[in-house]
Amino acid sequence: MKDAAHAALVRKGAITSAVLLVVFLAAWQWGPGLIGVPSYIVPPLSMVAAEFVRAFQLDHLLLHTGVTVLEVVAGFVIGSLLGAVIGYMLGMSPVAELALSPYILALQIAPKVAFAPLFILWMGFTVYPKILVAILIVFFPVMVNVLTALRGVDPDMINLARSFTATRAQIFWKVEFPASLPPMFAGLRIGATLAVVGVVVGELVGGNVGLGYLLSFGEGQADTPLVFVSIVMLTVVGAIAYLAVILVERRVLHYLPARSIGGNL
Amino acid sequence: MRFADRSGGGVLTAVRGVSFCVRDGEIVSLIGPSGCGKSTLLNIGSGLAPPSEGTALVDGKPVAGPNAQVAFMLQKDLLLPWRTVADNVMFGVEIQRLPLPERQRRAHELLTQFNLAEFSEHYPRQLSGGMRQRVALARTLAVDPHVLLLDEPFSAVDAQTRIVLQRDLARTLRHAGKTALLITHELLEAVTLSDRVLVMSRRPGAIIDEIAIEMPHRDDPIARRADPKVNDYVARLMDRLDIAHASLDHRSNGGAG
Repeated sequence: MKDAAHAALVRKGAITSAVLLVVFLAAWQWGPGLIGVPSYIVPPLSMVAAEFVRAFQLDHLLLHTGVTVLEVVAGFVIGSLLGAVIGYMLGMSPVAELALSPYILALQIAPKVAFAPLFILWMGFTVYPKILVAILIVFFPVMVNVLTALRGVDPDMINLARSFTATRAQIFWKVEFPASLPPMFAGLRIGATLAVVGVVVGELVGGNVGLGYLLSFGEGQADTPLVFVSIVMLTVVGAIAYLAVILVERRVLHYLPARSIGGNL
Repeated sequence: MRFADRSGGGVLTAVRGVSFCVRDGEIVSLIGPSGCGKSTLLNIGSGLAPPSEGTALVDGKPVAGPNAQVAFMLQKDLLLPWRTVADNVMFGVEIQRLPLPERQRRAHELLTQFNLAEFSEHYPRQLSGGMRQRVALARTLAVDPHVLLLDEPFSAVDAQTRIVLQRDLARTLRHAGKTALLITHELLEAVTLSDRVLVMSRRPGAIIDEIAIEMPHRDDPIARRADPKVNDYVARLMDRLDIAHASLDHRSNGGAG
């Protein structure tokens, strides 16, 4: 596609997006009233905004958000590091892959969030069970993508490196590792959003801090606006995590044509 | 270089009783039907796959594994997408741990020679197929091998680009005095680029004919193309390969060379 035509397309998309946002916010503000939905079912935008200010001042919204962010970051970083390392190890050792694949598959099928109550039994109402759920949930997409990427490296490429008398380490660092990065980043994108899910479920199950706790506290108080505030804040946390991955990805994978923000979700 | 006697003890014998040598500075082409074991010979020559019987010698020494004397180039350019053109050319010399200034000097020299200097900071995806293949050739030459093993290096590019690449290759090989073994499907390519052509039979591959190409201009395949003698050589190769009577069976689709 021509650059100018592409730029025009992007501009058109951005304008439409902005218009949709305005329409959505307006519908949120006035829609429930128009069709007679009471505000304890769907509070209008202004009420949620007022609740945001109130929660910020009286309910330690910033503290809850901060704790959730911390858990998400910790879970994401540890989970993706573990996923990558294990992925590389399994990729280098077909025997290990064959031996472990049934267990990995079983763990992958098991819904990770179901472990949350168990982890809370083990570790109490601390941040650790939440981080652990996030680690578990982030681990798989990263590991699977790294493993698949290593399997997909062209054997002729490896032979070329070998013909230049490459050592095993050189083949890994100069061919396999860089080749695994694009799929790994696809895994990290998925992981960034899943980390938030893992943490929230952990917080819903037990504890007295974090946005997930605020969510269930709002539910208990029948405080619908607070529930909405929590959901919005969780979305913001997830979006920032996702965008952070994309920013790093753009730097690392600068040699690839830029992918759209929503691509490969 | 010398190959001899490889026979597989297992399911499939790729080549058997093959013995030939390529003299210093000579270009020899190997042609034959699909699946006749041409690529197997190349793998043996580059030390990637040891022969089950027999030996390959380079400079009188047996090939025990991949070594710096032999470099190969395939139909696929195998450029690394995350490396710039210059860094791709330096891939081999980097693995061989040459000092950085020397790597850069070689890359610059080769890219200039192939009219690619202005693209040295480009990435492979920004290049055409012909340019990419030229970068691959530069990468092969950068390690300064004694022997080049070329496995259908130009079969993936269009016909016009191929002629230009053949000319570049012929000039470079003559200029640098390199020895080369060229595996090809294309009879005309074999005749215009080589000093000698070896014809192989179906699997298990054996050499059934050896044709010396007695024509001038080994460094100029375009001039050779214009020479009517080319037709005689091509006709003889067609005859030896029995192309006129060949039928296309399912095996002829299996694997390259």
